[in-house]
Amino acid sequence: MKSIILQTATRYLLPILLLFSFFLLFRGHNSPGGGFVGGLVAAAAYALYSIAFGVEEAKKLLRIEPVYLIATGLMFALISGMIAFFSFDTFMTGKWSDFNFPLFGKLGSPLLFDLGVYVVVIGITLKILFTISEEVKP
Amino acid sequence: MTLLLAIVTGILFTAGFYLVLRRSLVKVIFGLMFLGHAANLLIFNIGRLTKGAPAFILEGNQTAVEPYAEPIPQALILTAIVIGFGVQAFAIVLFKKAYQMIGSDDIHSLKSTDRIA
Amino acid sequence: MTKFDIELLVLLPILLPLAFAIVMLFAWNNLQFQRVMNLVAGSVGFIVSIVLFSTIYVNGIQVVAIGGWKIPYGIVLVADNFSAIMVLMSGLMGFAVAFYSIVTVNKKNEQHFYYPLLQILLMGVNGAFLTGDMFNLYVWFEVMLISSFVLLALGGKQEQLEGAVKYVTLNLISSMIFLSAVGILYGLTGTLNMADLAVKVQLVENQGLVTVVAMMFLVSFGIKSAVFPLFSWLPASYHTPPVAVSALFAGLLTKVGVYTMYRVFTLIFDINNEFIGTVILIIAGFTMLTGVLGAAAQNDFRRILSFHIVSQVGYMVMALGLMTAFSFAAGIFYIVYHIITKTNLFFISGIVEKIKGTYNLDTLGGLFKKYPSVSLLFLISAFTLSGIPPFAGFWAKFTVALAGFCIEQYLIVGLSLFVGLLTLYSMTKIWNYAFWQDEKQESEMEREFYKIPIQRKYLLYSPSIFMTVVILLLSLFAGSAFDFAVLTGEQLANPQYYINAVLGGK
Repeated sequence: MKSIILQTATRYLLPILLLFSFFLLFRGHNSPGGGFVGGLVAAAAYALYSIAFGVEEAKKLLRIEPVYLIATGLMFALISGMIAFFSFDTFMTGKWSDFNFPLFGKLGSPLLFDLGVYVVVIGITLKILFTISEEVKP
Repeated sequence: MTLLLAIVTGILFTAGFYLVLRRSLVKVIFGLMFLGHAANLLIFNIGRLTKGAPAFILEGNQTAVEPYAEPIPQALILTAIVIGFGVQAFAIVLFKKAYQMIGSDDIHSLKSTDRIA
Repeated sequence: MTKFDIELLVLLPILLPLAFAIVMLFAWNNLQFQRVMNLVAGSVGFIVSIVLFSTIYVNGIQVVAIGGWKIPYGIVLVADNFSAIMVLMSGLMGFAVAFYSIVTVNKKNEQHFYYPLLQILLMGVNGAFLTGDMFNLYVWFEVMLISSFVLLALGGKQEQLEGAVKYVTLNLISSMIFLSAVGILYGLTGTLNMADLAVKVQLVENQGLVTVVAMMFLVSFGIKSAVFPLFSWLPASYHTPPVAVSALFAGLLTKVGVYTMYRVFTLIFDINNEFIGTVILIIAGFTMLTGVLGAAAQNDFRRILSFHIVSQVGYMVMALGLMTAFSFAAGIFYIVYHIITKTNLFFISGIVEKIKGTYNLDTLGGLFKKYPSVSLLFLISAFTLSGIPPFAGFWAKFTVALAGFCIEQYLIVGLSLFVGLLTLYSMTKIWNYAFWQDEKQESEMEREFYKIPIQRKYLLYSPSIFMTVVILLLSLFAGSAFDFAVLTGEQLANPQYYINAVLGGK
């Protein structure tokens, strides 16, 4: 399916959706939002792109295999849990920086975990999307 | 409202089990989704329904002001929804592939695993 | 060892497989690297599980509060004797299956993330064994199930997809029932921590509702551990995937269901509840019987073994239903012996398939003449499974029956002995058809097998030899193994140990 209206709209929507997904990710600690929702919005942006331009184009736009996204996200999550080991605390104890960063506020291991979730969700959703759109030969 | 949700939960469970017992693969998938939603709604209802009363403990108090909605069941549902999302997505892909391979939507055609060789 | 070291040790069976899976995912198109990592992961996991086991044996129950949250509000990991044994078993299985996979899993499946999925499956299993939190248990179940779904459908042959459809549908229903039960239990008690639940469930006014929840758990875990009448997914799916996956599933996955059943019905729900005990015993009786009768009708190596899993799960559930400390000990010994033996039998079925190219008993034959060593391996495991003395299976069946005699449940004991006889019958059937009878004709596949280099053949045999050695060791040192099982049974029969360890002695 090729529709000029959808294609043109998608070109504008894709960056806005990605930006919105980041917004959701970073406000997630104290307000509605978070890594899962953010990741879904980002994945939806790519899904929209693949509807408008076809799956092959979406794969090109993503540049890397979704598997790497899954691995990276899992790694972030694992590391965020293990940060606590450096101060001999139990796994997944939240560690926060002492000073405020502009824009982000305090950085801490929960944010890294959320970032991991964000990346994993994008990776998995796109992997599922690409798998579904492949035709199986009987 | 609690009663209404309880009834809805019951309907979802009934519909879910009914659909799972149907012969069509698509209906089975819908049945599984209904069951998932029913379980989530059940837990949501358990956490008490209050409007605009989060379980915040005000300054100076030891406990939150009654009545409040319990946050834990809602956290549980969030987790369950996320897991359900993944599992259902997988189930859809699997059922689609099975459908393409067998060429039929009918569960009764899934016989080859039960045949005695 | 400091407290931090022990906490880390309890966490490692979960963290290590995840870390290895991540590394493998990064190298997803480098199969050689993945194979090596897989062997490393299996070995390291095995060593860690041994160390954990000995630590728990020396230091007693260990509790880890994840994230440093106060117990009972956060998620806890609890390693008691039973958990430690099960983690040891999963470490052993991970080790053996890692080596077995190298030869038996074909390249196409390897490319579809076989090795990372294997690790994630082990993570889920270990998590389910170690967790002390009801909802966390649900999460681990799902981790385990999702990876098992994919492993089961790996390869995408028609019968695999059909089996997977049945497996997925029933297991999802089971998960939903489990989730609902956890929700209602939380509504009743306001806690999810298992030890805390054990205390608070007693205080609930509406004990009728507690029994309802208990039955929901029974149905849910019943589906997962394949008891009568909910077992149909198991024989429909376990004979379809690559044989290494079959072996892992046969050994570990149903046992996770049995483990949780033991955990929930000894710890949370009243151990002396007549009603629950009777229901479990009735289920156990039917499970034993239907499983073994189903096996008698089959004509396929792996399908016979799959039906046997059902029948053997019946024994384990029976030991639970008898509800005495001694019967728990017998049940635990049974679980351990069954995991090892059943895995080995599946390993051997894979070897036979590699040689002959089929699992069908009608076309097999002549293996005893040509491959006496393989036949010996099979014979030892088959004797063990059907409970011939002096092998471990005899002691397992004997102690379960003895536990029944002790509390005068003659009916179920008689049934279990009868089922043991039928088990021997179907093992004899496999032996007669596959090994004893004359070979009909040499298959194409067998000529291929001659060409396989000798090192690869050894690699194919070695996991089975290793498991056979473990069986023989377990048979030889059945006494000391059973002593430990008795300790564990005591721990299960007196939930106070567990509760005190988690909540602090009050």
